[in-house]
Amino acid sequence: MEKIIEVCHLQKFFGENEVLKDINFSVSKGEVVCIIGSSGSGKSTLLRCLNLLEQPTSGEILYHGQNILEHDMSNAVYRAKMGMVFQQFNLFNNLSVLENCTVGQIKVLKRNLQEAKKTAMEYLELVGMSGFIDARPHQISGGQKQRVAIARALSMEPEALLFDEPTSALDPEMVGEVLKVMKSLAGSGLTMLVVTHEMSFARDVAHRVVFMDGGIIAEEDTPDVIFNNPKNERTRIFLKRILDN
Amino acid sequence: MVVDANSSFFQWVIYIIQNYWPLFLRGAEVTLIISLTGTIIGFTIGILIGIIRTIPIDNNTHILKRAVYKVVNVLLLIYIEVFRGTPMIVQAMVVFYGVAMIWGIHLTTFVAGIFIVSINTGAYMAEIVRGGIISIDKGQFEAAHAIGMTHAQTMAYIVLPQAIRNILPALSNEFVINIKDTSVLNVIGVTELFFQSKSAAGNNYRYFEVFLITCLVYLVMTFTVTRILRYFEKRLEGPDVYTIHGSQTVPEAEIKIVGRQ
Ligand SMILES: Nc1ncnc2c1ncn2[C@@H]1O[C@H](COP(=O)(O)OP(=O)(O)OP(=O)(O)O)[C@@H](O)[C@H]1O
Ligand SMILES: [Mg+2]
Repeated sequence: MEKIIEVCHLQKFFGENEVLKDINFSVSKGEVVCIIGSSGSGKSTLLRCLNLLEQPTSGEILYHGQNILEHDMSNAVYRAKMGMVFQQFNLFNNLSVLENCTVGQIKVLKRNLQEAKKTAMEYLELVGMSGFIDARPHQISGGQKQRVAIARALSMEPEALLFDEPTSALDPEMVGEVLKVMKSLAGSGLTMLVVTHEMSFARDVAHRVVFMDGGIIAEEDTPDVIFNNPKNERTRIFLKRILDN
Repeated sequence: MVVDANSSFFQWVIYIIQNYWPLFLRGAEVTLIISLTGTIIGFTIGILIGIIRTIPIDNNTHILKRAVYKVVNVLLLIYIEVFRGTPMIVQAMVVFYGVAMIWGIHLTTFVAGIFIVSINTGAYMAEIVRGGIISIDKGQFEAAHAIGMTHAQTMAYIVLPQAIRNILPALSNEFVINIKDTSVLNVIGVTELFFQSKSAAGNNYRYFEVFLITCLVYLVMTFTVTRILRYFEKRLEGPDVYTIHGSQTVPEAEIKIVGRQ
């Protein structure tokens, strides 16, 4: 399978604090990879490095074999290829739902308004938010916001979509609607990298589960192995703690 | 109407209004033009400085760029401190006579007035705009960067519209302050409302009556401007109602929803 991203010896320090220690892994086209692990293990930091929201201290991030940390590729061009969905949604507060999904297409991809609206409507339809194009972010619920945020990311037609705990800030009754959208995206062949505490999502949807612990990838395998037959003791302890709740 | 030293207070007031209203009007006009223009130019200065002072600089930024940025930042800080830390009446004197002496440029008092109010307002607005930009949630920047927007695009389309909306009350406030504070420009002979009042009062040796009228004119201006700006602030908050567009099953369905916060 064609590798979209390959991470080699990635290291990230925040001051003295080594948050990512020699991370190696890759994501292939069409793959759904879930990243699990306890709080503070560096999951968000890894995802943010992949989108260059954080600058890695050392190591390589290869995008189709090309190291994006060497400055021969513009950060903006690369970021447009890596969609990101945040825990806090981060919809643009000054723009309507539709404008949230068109502004990037127009300003970054240089699409015309007509084309941008058409694409945006397609994806808003997909997440079930096409009725709300005139609403402002503060006028819709958390689950709706996150669905719009997914449509916004999809409107850029990225090669891969990174999710950082997309349901963690939601009221329980809204988690389902967002997971449903994510499941259908996974089914459609989108390349997804999902940091999540939703173990059932990881078990049902992921092709591969990555368990992070203390800034390293402690174990990575199919959901079946990770959940039923983990090889690493720490994976076992983590899952036992999570699943007992 | 004829008045003399024995005329009552009201007779004097009426006399002055009847004979000097064009003077008050012209004074008020000059006051409004200078304070409005000065506020707009000052706001523009403030936005530019606010943008420059919030450019993200980190260890990955080229060393030369960092050095230039440092120097510019220090210069801007000096400007802000000097103009916020000295009275406008003194600034007016220094600028008006200084420009003439050092560069041999003789500004008309009107142009000098606009210039002084602009740079004075700019110094205040620079800090207000910077505060406005800083107060925007970091997530807004990150989401914009994440879809590939450059810093400039993020500022132009996402952050500044929000920041400016948040600082509109401060801008209105600055405008009202300027309407009042342009009165200090009389020291360099700008023919604004206070200057005109002084000459009307001097002509008749009637200071109380004249300045009471002046007072009222200022109040009408500031009150009106405050109301108008408040109206626009409200309008800019956008409608608190949106329309749900027809679903596929009921194409004609349009439901209005009252916004929740
Ligand atoms: N900007 C930052 N500056 C300094 N330290 C940071 C910063 N961001 C994260 N850290 C630290 O890095 C470590 C890893 O954080 P990270 O957010 O990646 O963890 P996480 O696995 O996503 O945790 P959670 O499940 O709580 O989201 C933590 O110890 C955190 O305090
Ligand atoms: Mg996290």
